[in-house]
Amino acid sequence: MSTHKPTVHPGLTRPERDIKTIVNASLARRNAAERRFRWYGLIAIGLGLTFVVLMFSNIIGRGYPAFWQAYIQIPITFDPAVIDPDGQRDPRALANADYAALVRAGMRQLFPDVQGRQELRALYGLTSSDAAFELQTRVQQNPKLIGMEQEVWLLASATVDTFIKGNINRALDESERPIKDNQIEWIDKLQTTGKIEKQFNSILFSRGDSREPEQAGIRGALMGSLFTLMVTFLLSFPIGVATAVYLEEFAPKNRWTDLIEVNINNLAAVPSIVFGLLGLAVFINFFGLPRSAPLVGGLVLSLMTLPVIIIAGRAALTSVPPSIREAALGMGASKLQTVGHHVLPLAMPGMLTGSIIGMARALGESAPLLMIGMVAFIVDVPKSFLDPATVLPVQIYLWSDLPERAFVERTSAAIMVLLAFMILMNGLAIVLRRRFERRW
Amino acid sequence: MSTTAIQTKAALDGGPTPAVETREQSSAGIADYNNRQTVGKIKVENPKMVCQGVDVHYGAKQAIKNVSLDIGANEVIAFIGPSGCGKSTFLRCLNRMNDTIPICRITGQIKLDDEDIYDKIVDVVQLRARVGMVFQKPNPFPKSIYENVAYGPRIHGMVNTKAELDELVRNSLERAGLIKEVEKRMNEPGTSLSGGQQQRLCIARAIAVNPEVILMDEPCSALDPIATAKIEELIDELRENYTIVIVTHSMQQAARVSQRTAYFHLGDLIEVGDTDQIFTNPRHKLTEDYITGRFG
Repeated sequence: MSTHKPTVHPGLTRPERDIKTIVNASLARRNAAERRFRWYGLIAIGLGLTFVVLMFSNIIGRGYPAFWQAYIQIPITFDPAVIDPDGQRDPRALANADYAALVRAGMRQLFPDVQGRQELRALYGLTSSDAAFELQTRVQQNPKLIGMEQEVWLLASATVDTFIKGNINRALDESERPIKDNQIEWIDKLQTTGKIEKQFNSILFSRGDSREPEQAGIRGALMGSLFTLMVTFLLSFPIGVATAVYLEEFAPKNRWTDLIEVNINNLAAVPSIVFGLLGLAVFINFFGLPRSAPLVGGLVLSLMTLPVIIIAGRAALTSVPPSIREAALGMGASKLQTVGHHVLPLAMPGMLTGSIIGMARALGESAPLLMIGMVAFIVDVPKSFLDPATVLPVQIYLWSDLPERAFVERTSAAIMVLLAFMILMNGLAIVLRRRFERRW
Repeated sequence: MSTTAIQTKAALDGGPTPAVETREQSSAGIADYNNRQTVGKIKVENPKMVCQGVDVHYGAKQAIKNVSLDIGANEVIAFIGPSGCGKSTFLRCLNRMNDTIPICRITGQIKLDDEDIYDKIVDVVQLRARVGMVFQKPNPFPKSIYENVAYGPRIHGMVNTKAELDELVRNSLERAGLIKEVEKRMNEPGTSLSGGQQQRLCIARAIAVNPEVILMDEPCSALDPIATAKIEELIDELRENYTIVIVTHSMQQAARVSQRTAYFHLGDLIEVGDTDQIFTNPRHKLTEDYITGRFG
């Protein structure tokens, strides 16, 4: 596209069109095509980034309020007559006492002029049923509290929480919102006296699922995911690597190995729910393993992850230059030494990458786990591979189905935790890969 | 070594011609062996390796046709010939590197000190410790210089203490003429060296296990003239202790480093003889055409 005049060699120029004019004629078109292509690329990247940003801002925007939770400060009288009428400090008596009565008394103390059965019930409805359990734990931990008077921050109900967060329109008619006029009045009063406030929602991280949104946590699903993934990794990584090494380095190349290879490639493309059915038929019905257990979930996800790890592992092994194998074999290293000392260390970063991709897919998988019963409503946090459990994506699915507004934000919060888990895993993979990668 | 070795052996023992028959043929065919079309003296007085009637097939294609050749102790023998003539293939038969190629079948007999290296009782690991190899492209392990040389002695359990290993590594590097250049950088990666240094590192690595024979497959083809000169000098020194078989494309190199030269053509061993004689007075027409540059 230069503009200067060409030096014309008389002997070289042909009379009509020299090469320069010919090239110049098409040059503009070629450059335009190149610029267009660059623009297409930029637009594609721009679109992709926009959607990522939209997704993240949507999830975070909805999810972050779930990390805070409304608490009410209630004056509690730890009345010995209610908690421990015998005065024996018998643990069983302490466990079975009517702590809800203490909460109710506290609420009446806050609003002494509330009268009537319905009014009182509305007043008590401001607190969560967890408030009584909270008092119970406190008393059980410290029986000296009995007889004392204390201002205690107790969990508010989900409706109060939703209202505080501005998700209920107070301009609506009373019949159209889940919170009554008198309740709004009380909340306003509590807010002006600073007796209601949002605190960090530790329940979200310390408890299992619950029907009450304010008491629902993702600890159960998180532990379930952790146990399931542990089983998956412990099974699929060693088996996958060993299979890849055997197929790539040791197995004879014949019709059988071809058949196996084709089948492995096909397995990688099988819909995950099919693996769930397989797991249900084999592990639960045939072997009689417990339903909803992370062990079975891990087994099923291993089946799903194995082909991915094997394919990635074989690709990583193929990319190791053959000269390294020849060098080792020429030194008199046995086949296993050649693979173990030279080929595998060089292929390891690639194998890890493949495994992490497989594990990330397993972490986000819910369909096969539905088939083996990991979709149940499980309140207890699983403590072993055999306890009933659910996993994060299934928990998200379960919560997304619930009508309460408080569960909407919890769903987003759970997605955030899942994403954080995934980023953590990928980070770990990068660290591991760096460590394994040759420094030269 | 698993399947490929078994396959090769199966081909050797139970292939188209069963083992007994092969042996009979070769012993009955001594006259044939002497009257082969190969021109020149294929036998030497003090052989290190003896090859008799070696055939190599890649699938249906025959790469080596009935080659018989002695390799004398402490001599440097050069294999020359145009590309695709089978000289590298034949070289790789000598330490069974062809075992790694599944479709490769080898028949005939190759003896190292009167022991058939394709015999069932011979372990290929032991064979390759005795017959080392240097490849066309320098291929140091992606490990430190020290680790490269120490690898062989370590896997074969040749040394017991770290001090012994240190000594062996230093000694090998010294014999490969590399010690001055790498003395202070033993822990740097082997791949950080220049091409010529890398090739000498590979030679040091090969001699660290103290082999009896060293096979070199065009060791200088990727190197500049100065690095080549250094390697050639080294080959000359190594001759005192080792038997060296070198495949080369450079006839000048063959003339400079070898005592005997074998000329291959399309899988046939055409002519073998003293290097001086081959280059000054070739007896076969094809040899003459090749060394005078009419083809190749």
